[in-house]
Amino acid sequence: MSGPLMTPIATLRALAGRLPVWWSRVLAAALIVVGVAVPFLFGGNGGFMNATIIAFAYAVMSLGLNIVVGIAGLLDLGYVAFYALGAYSVGWFGSEFFAKAQVHVLVNSVVSTLPGVHLNFLLILVAAAAICALAGVVIGLPTLRLRGDYIAIVTLAFGEIIYVIAVNGANINIGGGMTLTAGNLGISAVDSPYFPGIAQFGLLDLKPWYWLIFAILLVAVFINLRARDSRLGRAWIALREDEVAAVSMGIPLVRTKLLAYAMGAAFGGMSGAFLATYTTQVNASQFQFGFSIFILAMVIIGGLGSIWGAVTGGLVLGYINNWLIPDVLNNLPSTFGFRFQLTQVEFGIFGFLLVITMLLRPQGLIPERRRQLELTSAIPADDAQLGNEPEGTT
Amino acid sequence: MSADLTAPSGAPPVPAPPILRAERIIKQFGGLTAVNDVSFDIPARSIVSVIGPNGAGKTTFFNMLTGLIRPTSGRITLNGRNITRARPDVITRRGVARTFQNIRLFGAMTAIENVMVGRHARMRAGLVGAVIRPPWVGAEERAARERARELLAYVGLPTGSFDRFASQLPYGDQRRVEIARALATEPALLLLDEPTAGMNPRESAELAAFMRRLRDDLDLTILLIEHDMKVVMGVSQRVTVLNYGAKIAEGPPASVRADPAVIEAYLGKEG
Repeated sequence: MSGPLMTPIATLRALAGRLPVWWSRVLAAALIVVGVAVPFLFGGNGGFMNATIIAFAYAVMSLGLNIVVGIAGLLDLGYVAFYALGAYSVGWFGSEFFAKAQVHVLVNSVVSTLPGVHLNFLLILVAAAAICALAGVVIGLPTLRLRGDYIAIVTLAFGEIIYVIAVNGANINIGGGMTLTAGNLGISAVDSPYFPGIAQFGLLDLKPWYWLIFAILLVAVFINLRARDSRLGRAWIALREDEVAAVSMGIPLVRTKLLAYAMGAAFGGMSGAFLATYTTQVNASQFQFGFSIFILAMVIIGGLGSIWGAVTGGLVLGYINNWLIPDVLNNLPSTFGFRFQLTQVEFGIFGFLLVITMLLRPQGLIPERRRQLELTSAIPADDAQLGNEPEGTT
Repeated sequence: MSADLTAPSGAPPVPAPPILRAERIIKQFGGLTAVNDVSFDIPARSIVSVIGPNGAGKTTFFNMLTGLIRPTSGRITLNGRNITRARPDVITRRGVARTFQNIRLFGAMTAIENVMVGRHARMRAGLVGAVIRPPWVGAEERAARERARELLAYVGLPTGSFDRFASQLPYGDQRRVEIARALATEPALLLLDEPTAGMNPRESAELAAFMRRLRDDLDLTILLIEHDMKVVMGVSQRVTVLNYGAKIAEGPPASVRADPAVIEAYLGKEG
């Protein structure tokens, strides 16, 4: 039992275990009510609300990466690729970027007069998820025969490939004088979501944006919980624990692993599509390697394999990155006479947080029950498995 | 093939057709021939053993039967169907289950979850089913959990250990869970790779009795790799001896034990 925060969480778990089944439904309902009410508590606008929206989007990405890295145990260092593809789904299907085309599906009257491909945001969301799921399979295929560190190298390369394509896409002609991406210039002025009669999306009122990403996050959490506690979730964990034993028990290796990649990627794509719409731009410079590590840090700080951990990790780093550092503490160094701002050293701060987490709480903020076992178990799992020192046999 | 099979009492009276047939199996790793031209039949509802000195190719042979590695040449059929190049999960689905020489449980899963993984091939729920969870998926989950409990009770795991993580169980109980997990796949043929390793004589004898019970209760065929000669001689209807990848003897336990080639392989040549 290491770490100062161990006891409260363990106590909470023990408490939760004793509550009746319907209690979790009540808790979920309460969480949703509080979640919906947040904008009224903190005002519909301002830096905190903005940070909340981005943090929720990060939490969705963190959930996606957690499926691949945490649950299925496949170290993916190129997750930013799915952020990019999700964002470009918006650039391609929700802006004037493909100016020669004239496609309008369920968009408002102003947008329907503009050139380009304009799909309703929900359709773009589905397209982003589908494109990323497909890309997830593409990255999954060459890694199937690999293990551990080698998977990390291949996925890292994949992330870089997508980034380089994004940067140089401005020179890739796809016909009619149109290019694949706009490179570092970025595609800007993308369409806002259009949900007639439900909400008006604009720059002045952040509430609809908040509710939209809150809904996406809820769906993501729900799908994650259901998938984890199922035949498929068990198969992922079994593959993570022992691949040879898992396939010998009838788990199809290729299909199960690819499903993990595809599903993880789809959440990255949805979050990427939302962020691109929210920030109204798709710029290649956003999709650098550092962001892959940033999302991985969310998963690790939250607790590898833990769904609530992934959400917490996404929220914590989201708030630190978009609120605490730029809005609250940015000028802290200058009050001590240093001539720099905190935003200039933010990656250093994340690195420091990661090191602190690993030292004080290596299992993460909200650890998965199983991982906790690996880190705190008195009997090393390896010895027991190899049967070197059989117990109870003599 | 079963003409030379002098069945001990309790075995099926009529010679059964082979459930599994391996024909002229060769496996080479680079320049090393691990299994050299071995042909092998397993009669249905029998217990047969493969023995041999360390490095004789027994486990390699096992791994080929379960699809973990593919033979360089030769043919393996299960109930007449060719499974030579089938994937391990497909072979499991067709009715072959195994345990491992070094126990390979999913350490961070509970005993019940381990056995439920064994049910994987017999369940249908996919991603969509898992997320939407229609009534049939819930029923399937409950049935799998119930079956896992039954199997764990059948192999003799204490009820209090059902929800403990596999890596926290004592060694003997880990062996039990591994057998329950293999049984959960509903096999027709069960392959046990040195199941008595690390057991004392009393536990080994219990396991031998348990294997007979498995065969009689569940109509199972069992293929055993084993070093404990007492177990092998007591439980097997037929023993096959491998040495340096080649089959050097095959037959009922008594005749194999007296075979000069076998004695030489184990004890070395006299003089």
